Amino acid sequence: MQPFVFEAVTTTRDAVAAGTRGRAGSSLQSPTQFLAGGTTLIDLMKLNVMQPEHVVDINALDRSELGRIEATDRGLRLGALVRMAEAADHPQVNRKARRWPSHLCLLPASRFATWPRSAATSFSAPAVRTFATSPTATATSAAPGSGCAALDGFNRTHAVLGTSERCIATYPGDFAQALIAFDATVDIAGPQGSRTIAFAELHRRPNETPDIESTLQPGEMLTTFFVPTQPWSRRSLYVKVRDRESYEFALASAVVALDLDGDRVRDARIALGGVATRAMARRRS
Amino acid sequence: MATATTAAAPMIARSLTAEAAPASARQASPREPFNMTLRINDREHRVALDVRTTLLDTLREHLGLTGAKKGCDHGQCGACTVLIDGQRMLSCLTLAASVQGRSVATIEGLVQADGALHPMQQAFIDHDAFQCGYCTPGQIMSAVGCVREGHATNEASIREYMSGNLCRCGAYANIVAAVTQARSAT
Repeated sequence: MQPFVFEAVTTTRDAVAAGTRGRAGSSLQSPTQFLAGGTTLIDLMKLNVMQPEHVVDINALDRSELGRIEATDRGLRLGALVRMAEAADHPQVNRKARRWPSHLCLLPASRFATWPRSAATSFSAPAVRTFATSPTATATSAAPGSGCAALDGFNRTHAVLGTSERCIATYPGDFAQALIAFDATVDIAGPQGSRTIAFAELHRRPNETPDIESTLQPGEMLTTFFVPTQPWSRRSLYVKVRDRESYEFALASAVVALDLDGDRVRDARIALGGVATRAMARRRS
Repeated sequence: MATATTAAAPMIARSLTAEAAPASARQASPREPFNMTLRINDREHRVALDVRTTLLDTLREHLGLTGAKKGCDHGQCGACTVLIDGQRMLSCLTLAASVQGRSVATIEGLVQADGALHPMQQAFIDHDAFQCGYCTPGQIMSAVGCVREGHATNEASIREYMSGNLCRCGAYANIVAAVTQARSAT
């Protein structure tokens, strides 16, 4: 692990200020990284794949709106620091499970290991780094322009959609698929103020710059996710296929939600995981 | 190796016990020892360490609390499991600097006030739920957390929610039995 300056912040404003000062961006080489659950960041730092000079610990922000879960008839709001396990067990989420995207309960509860799940926050889960492994290297586009070590190697678990000649790394998370299928939005706090975007606009395809993974501008951070109530919210499922029963990324996964009128499917929402460089929606109305 | 780096300065750390210096929110430079006040098993410890030091290395190398084990150092085996503010966490993927202001419980803190074993510890003995014992502190801390979360309701649930703790000796069947026994007393 390379040496870094550690800074703990207690407010969103301080976090954005520290991120802006430190040029925290969406590139893997960004000199400043935000630390939430740490299950990916600390691990990649130990492997020297990520080498931030400045780490901004935002865990204390879980006492603010970033740590809150609110379920209303309009939708489900999840703070970015809500832990996956906490969301899965939350009475408001569970009680409305038949109306809420049921996989928001299923996916953390059934298919991901307990520790990373208890530590993995919503903040880190969608922002999980895309990565690919080959027998000789774990590449997360660590050196821009260096190409993809996994392209010709043992690449069974890598992406087949959204790839480029520079990158076949899979987006390994689960949460993003649900957010995309359900037209979730995400609030972003930044030096220029707050903005809200469709979650589907957050991640970028690798194209020629696989080291730049999201559309976040320097200093910006995710604050809350909002999943609106929609007709298809009543009926959905998340299926995750993988080699092991637990503690394994998806070989392939899918979120499917249906808006049924008797036997007729009025609308279907589908999002795929484990097969693409970012969570992908396959939508047909 | 990351472990050599983060455990590299025990001599420096001991000589710089931060008695008067307050716990810092931000360092001046990367290699400067970082003053921290950590609350472990209801006791306060003041240390000054390389900020890269994980909670696991802090416990084992600097505080003499060797109960938590380093099985993989990458969050894949669960042998380093501790409770932070009551939540099960992997201490190998947690920076010590991150747990200031939070309360950490390790296996050493499970013993009861009168010196008796915690019901979960006793259950592990009663059911022969360990062989070499290396994964055991992590298993027990994880089991305590699992029961508190309300996830030890039946065998399938115990297996699922304890799946982050690996046991190379294969004592899983007895671990499940131990958790089942202790869940009403935990």
